[in-house]
Amino acid sequence: MSEHEVNQGRRRFLTATTAVVGAAGAGLAAIPFIQSWQPSAKARVVGGPVSFNIAPLEPGQILRGTWRGQTIGILRRDETMLQNLQRVEDRLSDPESLVDQQPAYAQNQSRALNPEYLVLIMICTHLGCIPELVPEVGPQPYDEDWLGGFYCPCHKSKFDLAGRVYKGVPAPINLKIPPYRYIDDRTIEVGADPEQLS
Amino acid sequence: MATPANSMRSTASKVGYWVDQRLPISSFWRDHMSQYYAAKNLNFWYFFGSLSLLVLVIQLVSGIFLTMHYKPDAAQAFASVEYIMRDVPFGWLIRYIHSTGASAFFLVVYLHMFRAMLYGSYRSPRELIWIFGMLIYLVLMAEAFMGYVLPWGQMSYWGAQVIISLFGAIPDLGIISGDALVEWIRGDFTVSDATLNRFFALHVVALPLALVMLVLLHITALHQVGSNNPDGIEIKKNKDATGKPVDGIAFHPYYTVKDLVGVGVFLTLFAFIIFFAPDGGGLLLEHDNFVPANPLVTPAHIKPVWYFTPFFAILKAVPDKLGGVIVMGAAVMVLFFLPWLDRSPVKSIRYKGWLSKLALALFVISFVRLGMLGMGEGTPAQLLESQIWTIVYFGYFVSLLFIPRLEKTKPVPERVTTSH
Repeated sequence: MSEHEVNQGRRRFLTATTAVVGAAGAGLAAIPFIQSWQPSAKARVVGGPVSFNIAPLEPGQILRGTWRGQTIGILRRDETMLQNLQRVEDRLSDPESLVDQQPAYAQNQSRALNPEYLVLIMICTHLGCIPELVPEVGPQPYDEDWLGGFYCPCHKSKFDLAGRVYKGVPAPINLKIPPYRYIDDRTIEVGADPEQLS
Repeated sequence: MATPANSMRSTASKVGYWVDQRLPISSFWRDHMSQYYAAKNLNFWYFFGSLSLLVLVIQLVSGIFLTMHYKPDAAQAFASVEYIMRDVPFGWLIRYIHSTGASAFFLVVYLHMFRAMLYGSYRSPRELIWIFGMLIYLVLMAEAFMGYVLPWGQMSYWGAQVIISLFGAIPDLGIISGDALVEWIRGDFTVSDATLNRFFALHVVALPLALVMLVLLHITALHQVGSNNPDGIEIKKNKDATGKPVDGIAFHPYYTVKDLVGVGVFLTLFAFIIFFAPDGGGLLLEHDNFVPANPLVTPAHIKPVWYFTPFFAILKAVPDKLGGVIVMGAAVMVLFFLPWLDRSPVKSIRYKGWLSKLALALFVISFVRLGMLGMGEGTPAQLLESQIWTIVYFGYFVSLLFIPRLEKTKPVPERVTTSH
């Protein structure tokens, strides 16, 4: 082999390994930039649990607040409202709450720890609007046989008084139930699971 | 001693020569202006390329000046826009130039794209020009969307909420889920200051840079193969002894002068809108956006600005969230494939049969009609009509595959045709 002959195999190997290492380095260097788009430490702290005083709520009344910038509704349901949850079920798309839109402890007919108080994120699962509470039973422009529930003015999605979505509306799934717990009989803390109490 | 005039000229030409040895100014001018030949029969439809460039410059300049007064902060953004409107000298004018410019940009770009469809300007060898053009269109959509969020009015906020949540339709794929993606885009658990701040960065730095670079690629690719013409004839196939296309005329001075007329007409209309109807009756600046963003109150009727409504109508026409997002995405992406879907033996609509003309007319009607329906309230009748026009919209692309087999095209002349 002459001095000036190029070792092509060695050159290809070095080129390939340099390219691979360089690409891996560039890829890894992208991680901090991509991660910088995640919610900041400040946003996470602001996103901590929030307490609500439910003592002033009368039956049929809703309390609105925010947790992580999302509108939270706490609805005190009376007996009739709870009974209507059963009557409306054949018109719902997921009456058993099979889709994972609630903590395990809220996967029941009333979608609540205590059936009397519904805690839910009032953000329409269609495109993020805020549904209105329409508790009155009776004909509505969008429903002849309305049993009370939430109605989204943006694209006409309908939900029952447990935030379960009706069939044939734009919203695909039930409204979301946030993690929450009772601090005592009159205080609900949204953003923390009951297990953490112990 | 030489006369002062003579010595100055020779100094100037010496400096010119010195520079030209180091920077290819004169060859650049020749290649792209004085000896760039375009067909001599370019008509009205050919105004919209240079007008797009003009609007890009208007947006860059007015945008830079708005940035000097605007505050990209959720607590201050709305007030800073009102400050620009009321307190900054001529701030109202600069802002209306910028907001009207956004709509003007889409108008000229849509007409520019229609021209390409009319005369087959996307056909070989101009596929890359079309693809760069489509990329410009995509970046422009992102640019316009993020720009609309910056005034932080109700429609800014809720428009962002709706558009970002479209990404939430992506199912959980293990590595990435729709919910995680939405949180990453927003940088918070809701649309917030973090979202506004990053949209500002993208709107004023990243996307304009991408836009300018794509425009350079678009024009470079165009000048490599040469401009198409209303007859769809390759003028480079017929050159005289000096190598100049016999049907071509130099871009400068012929088309620079012609385009100046277009610029004059355009600026007249543009100024009319800015001074007499800057909100376009709610079409260019929506009324809800004159109310500061409030995360707790949803406007009754959320709709995008007119240039997005055709795709918004398609989104709503599909009664499934993920399905709607996919079909809407497909409505934009299918345009990329136009150069390969159109199999007609001729490029220009002038030499195609009546079936092609009918198909293109229906396509235009479907796009306009979807745009109108997308502004509607979404009644069942409007949804049904949207579904019909969505089928017509996609039907156009399918028809391109079959029409060449069904229709007889007219013979294409050897030379470009002129009306006189």
